Amino acid sequence: MHPIRKKRLTIVLFLVAGLAIAVGLTTYALRQNINLFYDPSEIADGKAPVDVRIRAGGMVEEGSVVRDPESLKVEFRVTDYSASVAMEYVGILPDLFAEGQGVVAMGRLNAEGRFVADQVLAKHDETYMPPEVAEALERASKGRHQAADVEKAAESTAY
Amino acid sequence: MAFDSFSAFIAMEGHGPYVWVCYAVFAVLLAGLMIWSVKRNQSALEDCQRRHDTESRASAKATGKAAASFTRVEIPQD
Amino acid sequence: MWQWFHKLGSPKWFFGIATRFMPWLLAGGLLLLAAGLVWGLAFAPKDYLQGNSYRIIFIHVPSAFLAQSIYISMAVAAVVTLVWRMKLADVFVKAIAPVGLIFTFLSLFTGAVWGKPTWGTWWVWDARLTSMLILLFLYGGVIALDRAINDEKSAARAVAVLVLVGVVNIPIIKYSVDWWNTLHQPATFKLTEKPSMPMEMWVPLLLSVLGLYLLFGWLACIRMKTEILIREQRTRWVKDMVLAGRK
Repeated sequence: MHPIRKKRLTIVLFLVAGLAIAVGLTTYALRQNINLFYDPSEIADGKAPVDVRIRAGGMVEEGSVVRDPESLKVEFRVTDYSASVAMEYVGILPDLFAEGQGVVAMGRLNAEGRFVADQVLAKHDETYMPPEVAEALERASKGRHQAADVEKAAESTAY
Repeated sequence: MAFDSFSAFIAMEGHGPYVWVCYAVFAVLLAGLMIWSVKRNQSALEDCQRRHDTESRASAKATGKAAASFTRVEIPQD
Repeated sequence: MWQWFHKLGSPKWFFGIATRFMPWLLAGGLLLLAAGLVWGLAFAPKDYLQGNSYRIIFIHVPSAFLAQSIYISMAVAAVVTLVWRMKLADVFVKAIAPVGLIFTFLSLFTGAVWGKPTWGTWWVWDARLTSMLILLFLYGGVIALDRAINDEKSAARAVAVLVLVGVVNIPIIKYSVDWWNTLHQPATFKLTEKPSMPMEMWVPLLLSVLGLYLLFGWLACIRMKTEILIREQRTRWVKDMVLAGRK
């Protein structure tokens, strides 16, 4: 390669590398601000500020959703499978809101550690499948659970 | 076919407006981009042709004049 | 070794090749895209969770792929412009920047319309959506900068530098969903791993992605030809070609 071109190429590569490092460091320093929401474990550790508008996200715990029959108030727990946080929300929930599904809620953490949401967004994962497949999977996993239960029962009766 | 009827296909179980708006905007912008690009290409080509046509006509005229200068001398006589 | 590289830089040679490939790119692209979209809209099964709204994926993902691929190819061309001063590389950047802008807009728009029924909001300032918006502004900046500078050579260099500066945004877009908490889900369509969707959804998506890539190839060819015609209109080969086409 021509020496002038080689020199230009080196300059260009240095430019891009330097920029990448600069941007990398900046985003690393700002990572808490870039994160859209706090995990339940972060809230449990006290990393989230109290009474400041923040977002919290995680999975809606199975069997934790309690709907108020009189109003639109809903109470549920959001978990990341190592910690969970209680939430309450008054309003219409998105279609995808369900137990075992991901949510991102906007609101304030009160002094008792309850999260009072004023907006709830549904978060879904990257898997797509036809309804029949989902049903079959559900049945299969239930079948496995039942089998496990039977096994456990057999064990307990054996003792 | 994932739908029972044409109206079910249009309605998409209530999600029709969202899906169709997306596809419509996609189709319009993509088609628009393609047509615009073709038209720009045509007009650039026509510009080129016009330029070279006039240039070649002008040079033809110039050579015609040069040839004429042998027979008729056009010098102001003052 | 560099001979093919310099041949590639010849506008005349490119003009001939592009003219030969364009009908195939157009026909193949339209066919694959139509097949993918009809299959995705009418024949692919609906999603167990999102129902039919997920059908937007068949245009959202191809648009987003193109938006990023176009930027990467522009960055490669920018390096060629800065190091080798090859005219054709600059022609490429200038010709496809508006195409990239349109596809970035399309992926943002379809994403917003898809987000409303699934997430419950049109827009949220998460890392994926914001970095994609920055990409839109980068495309806009490239187009504006190129128009603002009259001198062809200095415009080419300034644009190339801007394109290279913006290229750090591309890994941020790609990995934003893995590095940070975002509302946007991680990638479904991956080239290196098993896709997280069944074949009857994945194949139409693959078809529309390939179709849109071919159509982009066609768009790049025709737009580069236009740009070459404008820049090289005084040269001998353009004159010969134009006058031959007239007869």
